Amino acid sequence: MSDPLLQPRPEGLYCPAGEFFIDPMLPVARAVVTHAHGDHARSGSGRYQVAAAGIGLMRERLGQDALIDAHDYGETFRMGEVEVSLHPAGHVLGSAQVRMAYDGRVVVVSGDYKRDPDPTCVPFEPVPCDVFVTESTFGLPVYRWPPMAQVIDELLAWWDDCAQKQIPGVLFCYALGKAQRILAELAPRTERTVHLHGAMLRLVESYREAGVRMVPTEPVSDSARGRDFAGELILAPPSAAGSPWMKRFSKASTGFASGWMQIRGNRRRRGYDRGFVVSDHADWPGLIRSVEDSRASRIYVTHGDGDTLIRHLRDLGHDAQSLRVLRSTDNESGG
Amino acid sequence: MHRFAALYAELDRTASTLAKREAIAGYLRDAPAGDAAWAVYVLGGGKLRRLATSTELRQALAASTGYADWLIDESYEQVGDLAETIALMLPEGDGSLADEPLQTWMEQKLPALAKLESADRIAQLQAWWRALRPAQVFLLNKLITGSLRVGVSHRLVVQAIAQWSGQPTDLISHRMSGPWKPAADALIALTHAAGDDEHLADRPYPFFLASPLEHEVETLGDVAEWMAEWKWDGIRAQLMRRDGHVGLWSRGEERLDGRFPEIEGAAAALKSDGVIDGEILAWDAQEKLPRPFTALQKRIGKLKPGAKLLASAPVCFMAYDLLEHNGSDLREQPLRERRDMLAALIDGVDPALMLSPPVVADSWATLTVERQKSRQRQTEGLMLKRLDSPYRVGRKRGDWWKWKVDPYTLDAVLLYAQPGHGRRSGLFTDYTFGVWDGDTLVPVAKAYSGLDDKEIGQLDRWIRAHTTDRFGPVRAVEATHVFELAFEAVQLSTRHKSGVATRFPRILRWRTDKGIADADKLDDLRRLASG
Repeated sequence: MSDPLLQPRPEGLYCPAGEFFIDPMLPVARAVVTHAHGDHARSGSGRYQVAAAGIGLMRERLGQDALIDAHDYGETFRMGEVEVSLHPAGHVLGSAQVRMAYDGRVVVVSGDYKRDPDPTCVPFEPVPCDVFVTESTFGLPVYRWPPMAQVIDELLAWWDDCAQKQIPGVLFCYALGKAQRILAELAPRTERTVHLHGAMLRLVESYREAGVRMVPTEPVSDSARGRDFAGELILAPPSAAGSPWMKRFSKASTGFASGWMQIRGNRRRRGYDRGFVVSDHADWPGLIRSVEDSRASRIYVTHGDGDTLIRHLRDLGHDAQSLRVLRSTDNESGG
Repeated sequence: MHRFAALYAELDRTASTLAKREAIAGYLRDAPAGDAAWAVYVLGGGKLRRLATSTELRQALAASTGYADWLIDESYEQVGDLAETIALMLPEGDGSLADEPLQTWMEQKLPALAKLESADRIAQLQAWWRALRPAQVFLLNKLITGSLRVGVSHRLVVQAIAQWSGQPTDLISHRMSGPWKPAADALIALTHAAGDDEHLADRPYPFFLASPLEHEVETLGDVAEWMAEWKWDGIRAQLMRRDGHVGLWSRGEERLDGRFPEIEGAAAALKSDGVIDGEILAWDAQEKLPRPFTALQKRIGKLKPGAKLLASAPVCFMAYDLLEHNGSDLREQPLRERRDMLAALIDGVDPALMLSPPVVADSWATLTVERQKSRQRQTEGLMLKRLDSPYRVGRKRGDWWKWKVDPYTLDAVLLYAQPGHGRRSGLFTDYTFGVWDGDTLVPVAKAYSGLDDKEIGQLDRWIRAHTTDRFGPVRAVEATHVFELAFEAVQLSTRHKSGVATRFPRILRWRTDKGIADADKLDDLRRLASG
């Protein structure tokens, strides 16, 4: 593949004409970073270009001393000979698609994205292009997200059930994006306080500083030792499951919020009491729709169940290819 | 249907037996009796037969969604359950059939589906799907494919009925053993208080099941309080003669009448009526030893065995307990008395009806030595039964222990994998293992259990990355990984390519320290089988 705008390299996806990497896994001179998840935003590079909406989160991830240039969505800036702009991806706060124009051609690297409404970030914006690079975390037609209102109904019913049984409800979800989306979706429905695991505190604070309205929260660590969390909702990252931290929530009912929870086998296997289908990635119809919206003549598909999506896009008449970009394989984190 | 779908969702979402029992009892209280009867039937594992083939379901799905067959196959492989794959892929239906009672589905709609021509059946499925919500589509498909897999045992259903009706579990269990007709009056009849005139004539008693001995045998106390006998490897069954009528029931509470005429003949020859608990065995009269289980398999499927089969694969009934004699229930009497009565009842009646001999030992040490002879005796080990114990219901710990001999082991190479079902759907968890026959690896065992979740995940990722060939859902993988397998026996078999069949193989551990050259050889297995 000898595209002047797109080249997979060991460090990450490289743009030769602009001499920069998108979401490099290793330190490089110049990086454009699509969003603040750990498998995309890695510290150690010389200079970063990011969307202004996510600057707070990026500072959290990349370090206070990192050289970071923040850009409004849609604002164009030059990188070498390439005209670059960042456009909303609807994935998490400040997530961006990278549009690259050079020599009359436009390539869009969409990063991680979703099409469902999310009160914590600007919705995905379709950007017409010649080459569209899409993710495919949920690249099978069995993945179709239910309306968020329905999931919140289920979540509130579970919370009520925990209250009635006088037990804590611990909901595991990814600390960046998923947690804040749930807190924001709860805001119009309840004013009850939600308790947070320590790993979520700064990230929730970043969202509040960015003006996202959420239900009141309180760190679990602020509660007195031996406090009974009966009837309370606690949010924690999946890594806290089975850890000593869980001991204070005796008899807790546990839930997991993830797109993977769409499949019954995953729900049962994970051993959580409840599964809630909440994803910050596009579902199958969202992937297909975004490919169509791009009007691109060539589609590159990155991680996930890519082969299936590629074959289906070809069946639909698209020129679809696989683009192997190495990424840490912790697919649960982003689910 | 929506009510039962909601119950299903509730059962599915909890792992707690108590919560499941509460949910079922709640459903029984609220649902119309006709629906509740069918719910009891299907939750207990009952199914309607041959409603539609999985090919027809796939064709209906393809027609409803426009998706290509390969895409449906890929999705199914990921989900691991066809009923669920369909519910996840279909456009959402309007719910106009959601209120149709379960009874109507089970008694009218589904039986009518089975009678249609294939093309009409596919059209009917599509029409139903359009009229149901996803949770109901899923449940309908589950009823059609015949496996609910929701972690509810027959026993749990019995307990839920007991809780709902306020009657003792044992009474419900007894009333439900044998054929149970899913109908409102039959359900209501279950809940009546026990009457003196209770007629349970052709029903077996619920079986008492032993638990594996997990501690040193000495912890059982005085050896004189116990009876030991061989642990036979056959079909557990109750042989009954009541008012001169003979019946034979398997532990799965299936009627076996007609399959084993030599055993029924022996029961007919008894001096008096009785219900005998024991084991059906393929029997070698010359050697006075059971023959391998494969010999018995020839008989299991044959409804009316011919003279040739009867001569080539004879069976016997190894009797070990007497539950009823001349109409009176003996289960509360101590084992030592039941055994005496059993011996008196069957003594000298017919060679096909044998008394399971006690293995006599004056100390646990002597018994431990006797146990070493289990394999020579073609048995799986010893059973230990407390002489004072009543005949209990189900798996109650304390009075009956199975003390099995250590399994055989072998090192084998992973050759094939396919996705599992239920809790393991979407993961490659069903493995086929092979050993060396000269310089090729030949499959000798399939195993599903023995790895922990972490190992399963690790192996699953490896399998996906090292697939060399695909045969439908089955993946051939590079010969790399060696596993230590345990199995209870190995038998010569003409039905297997390798010429041997392993019994109850399971994975003991992943031998990451071994290479494929270290795997065992087929010749050794053959020797073991002939030995």
